[in-house]
Amino acid sequence: MSRRRLPPFERFLEENRTTVFRYLTVAVGSIDADDVFQETFLAALRAYPRCTEADRLDRWILRIASRKAIDHHRGAARRPIPVAAPPERPTELDPTADGFGPALVAVRDLPSRQRDAVAYRHILGFSVADAASLMGCTEEAVRASTYQGLRTLKEQELKERATWTND
Amino acid sequence: MDERLTISTQEADRRSRQAAQRFRAAAPATGLVDVAVGTMGSPVGELLVAVTPRGLAAIVFEGDDRDRVLDRLARELSPRVLMAARATDDVRRELDEYFRGARRRFELRLDRRLMSPFAKDVLGATARVPFGRLATYGEIAGRIGRPKAARAVGAALGANPIPIVVPCHRVIGAGGNLTGYGGGLPRKELLLRLEGSLPAA
Repeated sequence: MSRRRLPPFERFLEENRTTVFRYLTVAVGSIDADDVFQETFLAALRAYPRCTEADRLDRWILRIASRKAIDHHRGAARRPIPVAAPPERPTELDPTADGFGPALVAVRDLPSRQRDAVAYRHILGFSVADAASLMGCTEEAVRASTYQGLRTLKEQELKERATWTND
Repeated sequence: MDERLTISTQEADRRSRQAAQRFRAAAPATGLVDVAVGTMGSPVGELLVAVTPRGLAAIVFEGDDRDRVLDRLARELSPRVLMAARATDDVRRELDEYFRGARRRFELRLDRRLMSPFAKDVLGATARVPFGRLATYGEIAGRIGRPKAARAVGAALGANPIPIVVPCHRVIGAGGNLTGYGGGLPRKELLLRLEGSLPAA
């Protein structure tokens, strides 16, 4: 697919760590982002010599991160809660202390397609075309998922607490 | 949708740097790092050492472009190159001992994949020149059965991927002059003084 040579993994890690971490902070929350980051880059290290996307490694690693975020959410859903009543959302999540707006916490809890669409378009600033390529779907589907995701966020009345700016 | 969420990237940068450090520290234990790279200070400047599961593959003097070194390791050994200093501890310890004057002989396994077949012969003969002794380019050429190849021997030594441990600094011109060194003559001189082969400065 690509004739470009793979860079040393070290450079690939250094060039993509911030984007992956930003994505994961949105996708799984700031507490778990580090652990999922480890899983993401470990999966990448394992597959790296066979990677055929040397010219778009940024997309390749984000697809891995997206799969790891989905795995994380599935695992979290299966995890038993050892108390009678489900607890409130952990209060240690103070996103504003991390420099992330409160809406980002809500993005984490969106269905995975909406989560990725919102994260790619509005957090990482990708074009619709790039997001579609990343998600393996049409641009229409990206627009639809983004719209649904943002509408959900608004319905949760998080809009006024989030930092929105006009594009 | 023309709305856009804005977030600061500073925190993501800081935290991702920590996460990357954690990754570098843990990755070697998975067996998936094909080339672990570490750096260390030394009397001849900062050294970069590259270790593979087969052994020590490269020692690079400060001044060589770090990116180009990593590119070469990725191209010629494996793209799974990672700055994972702990996986290079054995090499760095022996080098430290050598520079402290506490070691005259290295006991490290070597990965010779960065050497051409001819360079393997040349550097194999060079590795048998002991601490505190010297050989000439012509002598090395003779020892590998290529007595007329002194110049080619010089070129192979100049491209030695594992200097210091494969002691190409112990090979000098027939007239006794130091002639040349991949890491520059001042480093050759310093190594030979350290070994007592040249009078202390």
